[in-house]
Amino acid sequence: MADITPDRLEGSSAGAPDDNADAIASHNRKNRLGLGFWIPLAWLAVVVAAAVFADFLGLFPADEIDWMHINEGPNDAHILGTDHLGRDMLSRIIYGARVSLTVGFAAPLIGVGLGLVLGILAGYYKGWVDEVIGIAIDTWLAIPGLVILLLFSVVFGGSLGMVCLSLGLLFIPTAARITRAATLNHSNREFVLAARAMGASDFRILTVEVLPNIIWPLIAFVLIDIPIAIVIEGALSFLGLSVKAPTPSWGGVIAEGREHLEGSPHISLIPTAVMFMTVLSFNLVGDAIRKRLADVRDGAI
Amino acid sequence: MRYLFRRFQRLVVVMVSVTFLTFLLVNVLPGDVAYEMAGMDSSEEEVQAIRDELGLDRNVVLRYLDWAGGILTGDWGASFINKEEVWHALAQRFPVSLELMLLAQLIALSLAVPMGLISAYRPGGRADRVIGTLAFASVSMPSFMTAILLIFFFSLHLGWLPATGYEPLSAGLWENLRPMILPALALGLVEWTVLMRTLRAEMIGVLQENYIALARAKGMSDARILLVHALRPSSFSMITLLGLQVGRLMGGSIIIEQIFGIPGIGRLLVHAVNTRDFIMIQGCVTLFAIAFVTANFLVDIAYAWLDPRVRLERARG
Repeated sequence: MADITPDRLEGSSAGAPDDNADAIASHNRKNRLGLGFWIPLAWLAVVVAAAVFADFLGLFPADEIDWMHINEGPNDAHILGTDHLGRDMLSRIIYGARVSLTVGFAAPLIGVGLGLVLGILAGYYKGWVDEVIGIAIDTWLAIPGLVILLLFSVVFGGSLGMVCLSLGLLFIPTAARITRAATLNHSNREFVLAARAMGASDFRILTVEVLPNIIWPLIAFVLIDIPIAIVIEGALSFLGLSVKAPTPSWGGVIAEGREHLEGSPHISLIPTAVMFMTVLSFNLVGDAIRKRLADVRDGAI
Repeated sequence: MRYLFRRFQRLVVVMVSVTFLTFLLVNVLPGDVAYEMAGMDSSEEEVQAIRDELGLDRNVVLRYLDWAGGILTGDWGASFINKEEVWHALAQRFPVSLELMLLAQLIALSLAVPMGLISAYRPGGRADRVIGTLAFASVSMPSFMTAILLIFFFSLHLGWLPATGYEPLSAGLWENLRPMILPALALGLVEWTVLMRTLRAEMIGVLQENYIALARAKGMSDARILLVHALRPSSFSMITLLGLQVGRLMGGSIIIEQIFGIPGIGRLLVHAVNTRDFIMIQGCVTLFAIAFVTANFLVDIAYAWLDPRVRLERARG
């Protein structure tokens, strides 16, 4: 959430109204999508494809215990080795990717969707609606996210859907604030007044007139949130509070390997590396797309 | 003053709703605490007696009011499980968590400020790009992963620092700090990037101001300009963030305390959740919320104090 201010400031200083063709040309060159975009994107494509087609890759079953081959390092049979129960690391990581990616995409969409509704209502109706929603958001912010998740995981249990939903709730406040600010900005503009004068209903004004104008920063926000959601899910499953035990998840696999860090560090370190690269890739790709969106909005392209 | 008063009003409303919300949530936790307290082979009457004693059958709102009244008079209740006074437990563990968070924030700041200065000095330059890449990498590295790597290298591989444990301050300053270094690093190495980026962005703007140009024209050294003239006016957003980060730090400290075996609030909370110790959970969350709200209130005051313009503007608005 904190990422938003600095970048906006940067954008305003970099994209200063310099009506000079050279400046715009060099600006475009600088923002052309380079290797820093395509390599991470390729990695993400591999991870997503592996997760989607996991069942057809001829992997060992992710929960097949093999007491004869425990804590083995990478070898011919098990490319990434086995864990403390002899389970194949590669298939645990790939099946774990399913959990991480599902949460990574679903949670931000849920959170931003709900935040959008609250923010647009607060920004459009103002008055007591705004006040109530403001207090609700402050309340939500005053409980640390992980504490909320901790309680939710105990109350609602650890199904994948519940994890997505409760994680999504964490993204509401910032999304609602961004929406509210943008809505405040637009709700008194001439085209809104014109629509109202023509007798359009509030619902129509909000969806047809206001929404298209405020949706872009929110899309950028979803992009920022994907890696954050993956990280939080990782932390939750690291604590054993995400999806239930036999289902592998990245954080869970890392946590299990913690006990064997001394003798067989690969159990923790390989999923750590995979998760790091995935989160980094999402950050890099998201950042590049976000810059593009900002350029489109500023009219640089 | 009026501004602060309005902030304070909002703060009270938020505190009430936070505590009520957790009270509701904690009350729908599955598992009947009365059963657990009565033991395996207890009769229905015994269980009912405990329920009556704890007042579990009464309306949630009434129980909340009871509890809130207790908080105001300093009675935070006692654990259902081991009868430990909640206030006592919290008071014992809070300094530990606080130390961890302060150390982490100290590490984050001591990385963020110099890095932010260097980045803002020549935006787009080589140093800026290197630091930007570093920031991207470490923001992609959640604290529990950093913790695993730190333990692997510094405890197991090099054997320099202990992987777990906690020593009270009475055992000596170094003895106390030694096991805290890795946990604080694990937390701080994630948090510095946000601070750095904020400082950088704001400072790039400040460095374009006329008075900086004047200082340059007078022949003042770059270091002096950055540290003496540019740092203070550039640090407002960063200070606001310090307050907001308290929430993330508390979340992070729950995991870090768990990994490194540090007896702080985070571990207390996880234990309470696992044992369904309602009143203890309630106490922990309340303390977290108080800490968060207070930190941000203090930041607001610091903000107004640092910049008189803010004070006036906000009082009017």
